Amino acid sequence: MPTEAKRKVYFDNMANTPPDHRVIETMLLQTKEAFGNPLNIHDFGEKTAEVIESSRKNVAELIGATPAEIIFTSCGSESNNFAIRGIAKAYEKKGKHIISSAIEHFSVLQVLKALEKEGFKVTYLPVDKNGVINSQAVAKAITPETILVTLTHASNEIGTIEPIAEIGKIVKDKGIIFHVDAVQTAGTIPLNVAEFQVDALTLSANLFYGPTGIAALYLKKGTRIVPFLVGGTQEEGKRAGTQNIPGISGMGKAAELAKQEMNARSEKLIPLRDRLLKGLTEKIDDFFITGHPTNRLPGHASGVVKYIEGESMSMLLNMEGIAVSTGSACVSKALKASHVVLALGVSPEDAHGSLVFSMGKDASVEDVDYVLAKLPPIVKRLREMSPLYPKKKGAK
Amino acid sequence: MVEQYNPTVMDHFMHPRNMGDMENPDGVGHIGNPQCGDIMEMYIKVKDNVIIDVKFKTFGCGAAIASSSIVTELVKGKTIEEALKITNQQVVDALGGLPPIKRHCSVLGEDALKSAIDDYLKKTTGKGIEGWQPHEEEEHAH
Repeated sequence: MPTEAKRKVYFDNMANTPPDHRVIETMLLQTKEAFGNPLNIHDFGEKTAEVIESSRKNVAELIGATPAEIIFTSCGSESNNFAIRGIAKAYEKKGKHIISSAIEHFSVLQVLKALEKEGFKVTYLPVDKNGVINSQAVAKAITPETILVTLTHASNEIGTIEPIAEIGKIVKDKGIIFHVDAVQTAGTIPLNVAEFQVDALTLSANLFYGPTGIAALYLKKGTRIVPFLVGGTQEEGKRAGTQNIPGISGMGKAAELAKQEMNARSEKLIPLRDRLLKGLTEKIDDFFITGHPTNRLPGHASGVVKYIEGESMSMLLNMEGIAVSTGSACVSKALKASHVVLALGVSPEDAHGSLVFSMGKDASVEDVDYVLAKLPPIVKRLREMSPLYPKKKGAK
Repeated sequence: MVEQYNPTVMDHFMHPRNMGDMENPDGVGHIGNPQCGDIMEMYIKVKDNVIIDVKFKTFGCGAAIASSSIVTELVKGKTIEEALKITNQQVVDALGGLPPIKRHCSVLGEDALKSAIDDYLKKTTGKGIEGWQPHEEEEHAH
């Protein structure tokens, strides 16, 4: 049931970004032109191979890697699955201990859960109230059995930027493989794999104005991994199957644009983010910010509106044309609070009132002010309905 | 997520019936807890064994709010005996269906009502609904 709101504000860019028109143009062109199988030695195949390799170069340059270290995959979840399982299995003779954190994406956590069933031991590091992983805690968690550290660079739910470079140094000194889930940061903030001393890194085109269905895994030269798909020589035999050519061309273009425009996008988004966070704090009583107040993703504003539930808020916001995410999911038998918000030490009932506003590069001050005008009456309305509110505030 | 809700559910979510507090209710129902998520409160006024007024308050998702709202419509004017026969399936049917993952919200609606009747019966007869226990507590024995 699409809503009839006149103004549309898309503040759900951590879930998916709209592809840039230049990306779409590139994909249209290459869908038409680059159709020959890149493994075959004819002009058609060669044309495709050129498109793939120039995209690979763009993706590599975005993160300071060499093209040979980029493996194209189908999505960020695949890259996370591939990296964690593939590296764990390649190094399991050395040890079976993995270090991760409490605020990882499910595509990390569920692979780790599966590996635990297969005999691996996993340490899930806590975060502080701002969602920061302590680098010293990583150092302390390392054992002689540790083979892999896998951490997020920034969680989509709270936007806190983690001290990856600091952690990279610690992990590197111990000779342990370091994988970073950079789905929310690659293409959004500066990121250099050499500087961060990471061995593997997940990035996805749909988070930096590229298409869906295409992502990559950076794998440092010399790092061993068990192939994800077998049966072909594509992607150095690590991920067999004819490549997603339109997707790769789009990711390459998106990476090129991200590199050029990253600073300008951030310079625009940071003030908008801060305006939104300040406005929410001022206009809504019993609201608190989740994640780090300043060291967070440029377009990311998140928080908890106490005494009411996220889905109801997002539905009413949607009626006003505003798209956001919520950390609360009412499925199966009960509401499930976000594990990331809970990891901050937020109580379960508060965690249900979690909202994530993620602005894209085309966001405007008007969009922010529109949200700030529409949300307070929605909050008021739902609080009038909430049995939790009057008990704490006294019936009005 | 909004697509999963039919127009009746959306109508009850957008315009909930009988929402709010009640002065001097004859029965108060309370279901759920903050850890489990949804919380519903239902208040009933009873005269000559008939539920003459009903109000609710809900902390929860769209389906939980719509379920509470429709329960109040279903129950108003019914005798206690008739009201006790209301099932979560009737709640779902009256809403024209709920997405499968949201069906537990209709159970909460049924339980909130029964909890209010249970409270009323305890106050008036000293004995609650015989053999009744809310579904949630069976499923969430923390």
